[in-house]
Amino acid sequence: MSGASVLYDVPGPRAVLRNRILGLVTVLIVLAAVGFIVYRFAATGQFDASRWNLFTYSLVWQGMAQALWATVSAFLAAGVGSIVLGFVLAIGRLSDHAWVRVPVTVVIELLRAVPVLVMMMIFFYGVNSIPGSTFRMSAYAAVVIGLVLYNGSVLAEALRAGIEALPRGQKEAGYAIGLRKSGVMAFILLPQAIRAMLPVIVAQLVVTLKDTALGFIITYPELIYYAKYLSSQPGRPLLQAGLIVAVIYISMCLILSGIAKWLEVRTRRSPKMKGYTPDAGGGDPRIHDGSTVTEVIAMQRGAGKFDGTSTGPSV
Amino acid sequence: MDALLGNLDLWGQATLNTVLLFLGGGALALVLGTVVGAMRVSPVPIARGVGTVYVNLVRNTPLTLVFFFFVFGYPKLDLPEIPFMPLGIIALGIYTATYVAEVLRAGINTVPVGQAEAARAIGLSFGQVMTLVVMPQAFRSVVPPMMSVFIALLKNTTVAAGFSIAELAALRATVADSANRPGTVMEILLWVAVVFIVLVFLLSLVQRHFEKKWRIVR
Repeated sequence: MSGASVLYDVPGPRAVLRNRILGLVTVLIVLAAVGFIVYRFAATGQFDASRWNLFTYSLVWQGMAQALWATVSAFLAAGVGSIVLGFVLAIGRLSDHAWVRVPVTVVIELLRAVPVLVMMMIFFYGVNSIPGSTFRMSAYAAVVIGLVLYNGSVLAEALRAGIEALPRGQKEAGYAIGLRKSGVMAFILLPQAIRAMLPVIVAQLVVTLKDTALGFIITYPELIYYAKYLSSQPGRPLLQAGLIVAVIYISMCLILSGIAKWLEVRTRRSPKMKGYTPDAGGGDPRIHDGSTVTEVIAMQRGAGKFDGTSTGPSV
Repeated sequence: MDALLGNLDLWGQATLNTVLLFLGGGALALVLGTVVGAMRVSPVPIARGVGTVYVNLVRNTPLTLVFFFFVFGYPKLDLPEIPFMPLGIIALGIYTATYVAEVLRAGINTVPVGQAEAARAIGLSFGQVMTLVVMPQAFRSVVPPMMSVFIALLKNTTVAAGFSIAELAALRATVADSANRPGTVMEILLWVAVVFIVLVFLLSLVQRHFEKKWRIVR
């Protein structure tokens, strides 16, 4: 693949040698770092059978399954909720009426500025400590509401960007054949925007899944909380529990990320998407043949605006 | 208002810690992210592989879990003791570095191919192509998304609250646990939200300023 990049030549004899040396140095540094961690693990007895013994009990794994379900159920509820909220906010944000558009814009901006964890804390600790109130919010509800509010507002911005990036002719053609505003939105604009923004939506779901781990901090009994619980007494296996939970979390996220990546490649290749580039990262007209100069200029004017919604704050 | 003015000492300390986490984590992320970003576009296949594995692995790990390993896991390895604050900064830096690396890589990809081709055609080496031609142009398109990464980093500092670091989101526990501090939990949390809204607003102002200043005009 080294010949594929325009940044450098197909290496000659000297470059091959230099690249080999650099490669060797990289390998040595990585091996040293990993080796040091493994050495410390061995030196402090983290690999001893006694440390892993706990994970031979089926009761522990039943607890793990419950914790996994707690994570997954919060993710599913938050995922569905944030997509619904995202549509509502996006449509409100694009409304022709200022009395709808302005408040919705303000709400989106505020929700995007408050950290998810602070939202969860407001709904858990805050709501549950209102003097004189008998209403009690569960940790599950607090996690889900916090995730829905934040991810919903991020998805709203992504959908809006997708709709606004559609060629104007689409909307005009919709009106020309006699559709009403709702019809244009439902039959013309949204289907195209959803198709184009599907990779962004799925990528945001990965963020939602990762953020369910914040529930740990407000004592929602999800995977990390269970890992901490297993190691709550001295001498109990903390690192081992952490590693097992890490494997579970990373595999779930990798699968979702893989789906997002696959959708992105498919979207970019799809002939239906020609001449429509909502995402500065993926479908950059400057790196494809046959794009027009106007597209490139429009891209550059819009660059950053889309970057902000599609890649940046979704961390 | 009492929740704010009655605990001014706490608010000062907490805000300072949040800013410290943000600046420390940001500096570490910039350095590490630049190295990883360079690795991901380098001519050395092994370096590309290492960079890809690092980015994909850390990006798909919840930040809470990264904190878990550094704050709870690190002391188990009998290494020299490090206070929670630097451990938190390292965790934030390592996590955010993957996003910095991806932004840099995406920025390099937005530089028109012809620029790199022309630079190559006049005989510049990989290092010269990068430092003299590609990087100066990539820098402009990188600034807005990079600021978004930093805004996300600022919000992510709150995760440290769950790991014994006394920053803004941890104020709730401090006030709730002490007998004679004014303010209810709800008041404190809402004020924390307000502080973050203000900080994020300030950062977006900076973002907009740089975006205007370095817009590509052709």
